Amino acid sequence: MLKTFPIGGIHPQENKISRACRIETMPLPEVVTIPLSQHIGSPAEAVVSKGMRVLTGQLIGRSTGFVSANVHASVTGTVTAVDTFLDASGVRRTGVTIRTEPDEWAEGIVTDGRIERECSLEPAEIIARIAAAGIVGMGGATFPTHVKLSIPAGKKAEVLIINGVECEPYLTDDYRIMMERGEEVLIGARILARALGVSRILVGIENNKPDAVEALSRLAGVVAPEAEVVPLRVRYPQGSEKHLIAALTGRQVPSGGLPVDVGAVVQNVGTALAVYEAVQKHRPLIERVVTVTGPSLSRQANLRVRIGTPMARLIDYCGGLPADTGKVIAGGPMMGRAVANLEAPIVKGTSALLILPEEQSLRTSPQTCIRCGKCVSVCPMGLEPYLLSRLAEKSVWDEAEAHHVTDCIECGSCSWRCPSALPLLDRIRVGKAEVLRIIRSRKA
Amino acid sequence: MEGLIYTVLALSVLGVVCALILYLVAQKFRVVEDPRIDEVEKMLPGANCGGCGYAGCRQFAAKAVEADDLSAQFCPVGGAETMKRIGDFLGKSAPEREPMVAVLRCNGSCAHRPAITRYDGAPSCAVESATYAGETGCPFGCLGQGDCVAVCNFGALSMDPETGLPVVDQAKCTGCGACVRQCPKQLFELRRKGLKDRRVYVACRNRDKGAVARKACEVACIGCGKCVRACPFEAITLGDNLAYIDYNKCRLCRKCVDECPTGAIRAVNFPAPAVRPSGEQGDAQPAPAATQEA
Amino acid sequence: MDKKLIVSPSPHVHGEQTTSRLMLDVVIALLPALIVSTWVFGGRVLAVTAVSVLACVVFEYLIQCFLLRGPLTITNWSAVVTGLLLAFNLPATTPLWMVAVGAAVAIGVGKMTFGGLGKNPFNPALVGRVFMLLSFPVAMTTFPAIDAATGATPLSAVKGMLASGMSVPEVMRMIDWSDLWFGFRSGSFGEVSSLALLLGGAWLLYRRVITWHIPVAVLGSMALFTGVLWLCNPDQFMSPLFHLLTGGALLGAIFMATDYVTSPMTPRGMVIYGVGIGVITVLIRLWGQYPEGMSFAILIMNAFVPLIDKYVRPRRFGVPSKA
Repeated sequence: MLKTFPIGGIHPQENKISRACRIETMPLPEVVTIPLSQHIGSPAEAVVSKGMRVLTGQLIGRSTGFVSANVHASVTGTVTAVDTFLDASGVRRTGVTIRTEPDEWAEGIVTDGRIERECSLEPAEIIARIAAAGIVGMGGATFPTHVKLSIPAGKKAEVLIINGVECEPYLTDDYRIMMERGEEVLIGARILARALGVSRILVGIENNKPDAVEALSRLAGVVAPEAEVVPLRVRYPQGSEKHLIAALTGRQVPSGGLPVDVGAVVQNVGTALAVYEAVQKHRPLIERVVTVTGPSLSRQANLRVRIGTPMARLIDYCGGLPADTGKVIAGGPMMGRAVANLEAPIVKGTSALLILPEEQSLRTSPQTCIRCGKCVSVCPMGLEPYLLSRLAEKSVWDEAEAHHVTDCIECGSCSWRCPSALPLLDRIRVGKAEVLRIIRSRKA
Repeated sequence: MEGLIYTVLALSVLGVVCALILYLVAQKFRVVEDPRIDEVEKMLPGANCGGCGYAGCRQFAAKAVEADDLSAQFCPVGGAETMKRIGDFLGKSAPEREPMVAVLRCNGSCAHRPAITRYDGAPSCAVESATYAGETGCPFGCLGQGDCVAVCNFGALSMDPETGLPVVDQAKCTGCGACVRQCPKQLFELRRKGLKDRRVYVACRNRDKGAVARKACEVACIGCGKCVRACPFEAITLGDNLAYIDYNKCRLCRKCVDECPTGAIRAVNFPAPAVRPSGEQGDAQPAPAATQEA
Repeated sequence: MDKKLIVSPSPHVHGEQTTSRLMLDVVIALLPALIVSTWVFGGRVLAVTAVSVLACVVFEYLIQCFLLRGPLTITNWSAVVTGLLLAFNLPATTPLWMVAVGAAVAIGVGKMTFGGLGKNPFNPALVGRVFMLLSFPVAMTTFPAIDAATGATPLSAVKGMLASGMSVPEVMRMIDWSDLWFGFRSGSFGEVSSLALLLGGAWLLYRRVITWHIPVAVLGSMALFTGVLWLCNPDQFMSPLFHLLTGGALLGAIFMATDYVTSPMTPRGMVIYGVGIGVITVLIRLWGQYPEGMSFAILIMNAFVPLIDKYVRPRRFGVPSKA
């Protein structure tokens, strides 16, 4: 019996149609727009101005606090604007626009492909390099990695978990990274373990990727003997931090708590790769792997893309937007965000562009709740979505708080399952945001 | 006969015992309350709208009885008249405030502000605004899902299917401010009802630069500042590419209306002919000009 | 861009189950029992079923059109399910006008009074059935004879025989067990064939329409309760298997108690609810006036569902269970 998390969960159609596509490096775009806020926390502050020439990997935005991250130029070229632009949701944000020239790397960055296995740096130095490189959680949460590695006083990390679950349908970027850059991922994991002072590494991979399990297990024997690769039962949302910890260690992060409360720190495989690049090669986070996929897209791909490349360029590179397109999603179909503006840039947290045809994009019209209880049985947090949704709709915030709306991880299992197609999560999300706001104002 | 007596007796005893229990329980759990609270509550409109900042009329009444003076309290629905009656009853001085009315600061109707995406989530402004900027190119404008209509306790708001915008029925609006708090884009403002119900205000909240705003919506305020210069009373200020008319300074001269190049400034309830300058902006009536466009 | 992109909050995909498909699956699961009954009792079964289903659908449509004026939900098969379940609880000889009256009560009083699908506290088919049982007691308890013997159901026959002083072993010898499995016995026509009902139950489980909790809790608690009595005094009490195979036990446990609207939301709540039904059923069967108590037990437990939902919460993630 394969391991998995204890409560709820669903199994949506996997649709990993781009799984066989090797990672390709996309040609440089003509222009990149690099947002100064691609992470959770305070936005970075621009350190370049219009007209300046920047090199690939040069710092252009400095982190402005502890929970913040540096931003680097992903290309060489001239800064044409430090101004607002429209992001994927149509919201105005600040960013640096650079007109691209052929790459000239900033000083210190090693660009050869040689694999550096050894790392004997002190933990503080490792964390400093990771912070300098502007690394954030690459699974989509975009929480600054150096913050996650700084364990609060009184807490102790015991195990590092590498998240190779990729439970979202369609996504294959993490899978391709594990298949093609497995060694670097494991070295990155060792570096992370060293920074945390832990000697145990668990790599969780869902069992629909048996080749990745096998490849990483074999590599672990060579480069990271302390790492154990654990195949997991295919079940969404296993990639959620809390649920992956529960699946691998059997320990549940307490409600309102942090993973480190049960001695665990979770990092995505993409993050581990970025950590390897930053620590061993002095290379800041300026590119990432993006899955470009969709049932009617003429070419599926896993692309290595510079941060700031407009989404439309990736789609053009894969044969252009199909005629029957209804929706473009940044990320997976369960938790990704629908894109309103295709000229918006790829950011550090964009794991995929999923293009759905129109007939798969529109929701079916909701019907009345028949109290079937399926939302309750699939909720991985053990909440009652039907109730929370109704409370949020009626703005009964105190009741919603009493029923733990703040525990919701917004995985969407309830909406996915609801036979009456009720927009459960839509309402719960609003309720959660409002209750969190009320809690904050109460503290203030 | 004997049976009858027993029955009557038994029932009487039962009745007395029950009455006793009821009496004792009522004594034990009696809540002593100032009777004036009931009186004050009766004077209030009883809509429990929350416009005063209290959960309901009773809480407002309790606070009014308890407080030293009424300066911190105001019932927007009942208005100055109700407050004066409460003040007289309680022997406290009542605050005076002018009657207010909700005003929608967006005129981006379907015709003025074309949709560039299609929203397919739950029909709620709160949900749509948490999802993205909105269907149109203007990230500041009305989303049109009608959360304000749902929250209005007085039936003063309705959606106009033609413009896709909510319409305030000023006869029903009590100025309670529920819509102001509800709108995720903060498009409602409580403004003074004004002389003869006449009001002049900027019906736009777009803080983008002029060209961008104009591209998204024909009737956006582009922050050109012409109105600021035209205003003889210094009632108009400009900030973040957006003009704002202070209703305390505005004297309803409407010079700004004539000056505005996009028609973002609306003047309502003025007699029709007087406001039609050169046929360009006939936006004086409550019904927006957009409805006449083909 | 020439085309408008669709934007909605996540999730962007949806599972295959829909309300109407779930209801259709219930209809499919009821078909084996219907076929067996038709074979056993003849074409009359189909007439009763047709009238019941038709009446339910028509009444729901009329009430929605002219009284509630809400959105029409007639296409989601739920009225068909109510009609089928009501019919299954009737003797095949029920006069057709009575069936129509029962359907009117089931839909009109049992369901639409509360606002329609999803809002009714009591199982509408059972509201209709109990109304008919109380209003037309003779017609509702006169069952067609099968092998020219008696028109009594096994449960009432046994109750009668035990009351007349026969001992349980004597009674047990008179029972033809294969008839209880296959359906050659008298009773409401939907309940006679245990095998067909179990087949339907298997379909519902396979299609994930229902979970095991309610049927297992109902049947398990019945078996446990009657089993303990039987072991203590086999001369006075019938065996648990007899109780499970007779009356409305299987029909009730698999199809009636599992009605979404009137059962609890959480698995633990479902178990409590099921055990309650099982215990009350056995109490009525052994010590009550009626030979069968399934309908009443379900209706009684329906009334407890809001209470169960209020106090039985799902197990939350990250919260140690109170040991």
